[in-house]
Amino acid sequence: MKPLAPRLRLLIVEDEPGDSRLLQFAIVRNGFAADVREACDGYEALRYLRKESPHWAAEARPDLILLDLKMPGQSGLDFLAAIKQDESLRKIPVVVVTTSLLEADVRAAYQLGAAGYVQKPADLREFIAAVRILCEYWFQLVCLPPRSDD
Amino acid sequence: MTTPAQPFVILLVEDEMADAHLVKLALTENQIPAVVEHVLDGREALEYLRRQTARFAEAVRPDLILLDLNMPRLDGREFLAAVKQDAALQAIPVVALSTSAVERDIVGAYRLGAAGYITKPVDVADFITEIRQLTQYWMSLVRLPKHR
Repeated sequence: MKPLAPRLRLLIVEDEPGDSRLLQFAIVRNGFAADVREACDGYEALRYLRKESPHWAAEARPDLILLDLKMPGQSGLDFLAAIKQDESLRKIPVVVVTTSLLEADVRAAYQLGAAGYVQKPADLREFIAAVRILCEYWFQLVCLPPRSDD
Repeated sequence: MTTPAQPFVILLVEDEMADAHLVKLALTENQIPAVVEHVLDGREALEYLRRQTARFAEAVRPDLILLDLNMPRLDGREFLAAVKQDAALQAIPVVALSTSAVERDIVGAYRLGAAGYITKPVDVADFITEIRQLTQYWMSLVRLPKHR
């Protein structure tokens, strides 16, 4: 057990800026600290992770990716498949955070390599409680791969 | 989330009896109503999942696999690779449970598809807390594929 939760680098892949802000609020509200980068869809997230812009060249890879499923352009599941087929990115855990209730999405996410599928509660208090469990697991409990840019 | 009619089933793949007892103790201490199916190594775990022997003919598909990495016969890494390459099994999340905090082991487990990597603490109270956080995540927070 680590006495103090480390500050994690998070990539939030989410097309709704309000949803991303709410997620970040809930993380801080639960006493966790994260350096957050946001991508509005899977394409932007992949460009960021592959550093396909000079703007991102010096950025370390994220420790954890939180992924919405319903986005314009490339779907969240296509993005997940792309990450898990990429030798240098596949070690990064991806947790789906979505409103989708579809059993087919749940199954597909795990088959593609998701490390969790969180259905966003509509109620704010329940949402904050859900994010607390999410953070305890990923910030406190588990060991994550070291940051490297291989 | 599970209904009372369908208990949450954890397949514990662990060759050390004392460590297996600790997992069960931690679940009991946290009053977590999970069913633990314990097998001793990766080969036995695959037999369980594929119902390959008479002993496992009625085996219940687990919701979560807790996997020790260092075991005789088929070790944790080989087992993890086999599960994640099997279309019928790959949707089951696997969390590595290890005494090793070596970077190579951690990276290797995630690359093979682990959904978490937990080190076994020396202190039993810490282990009980770990199991509480683990089960809150997998039993209360996340949705898992339905399969029964």
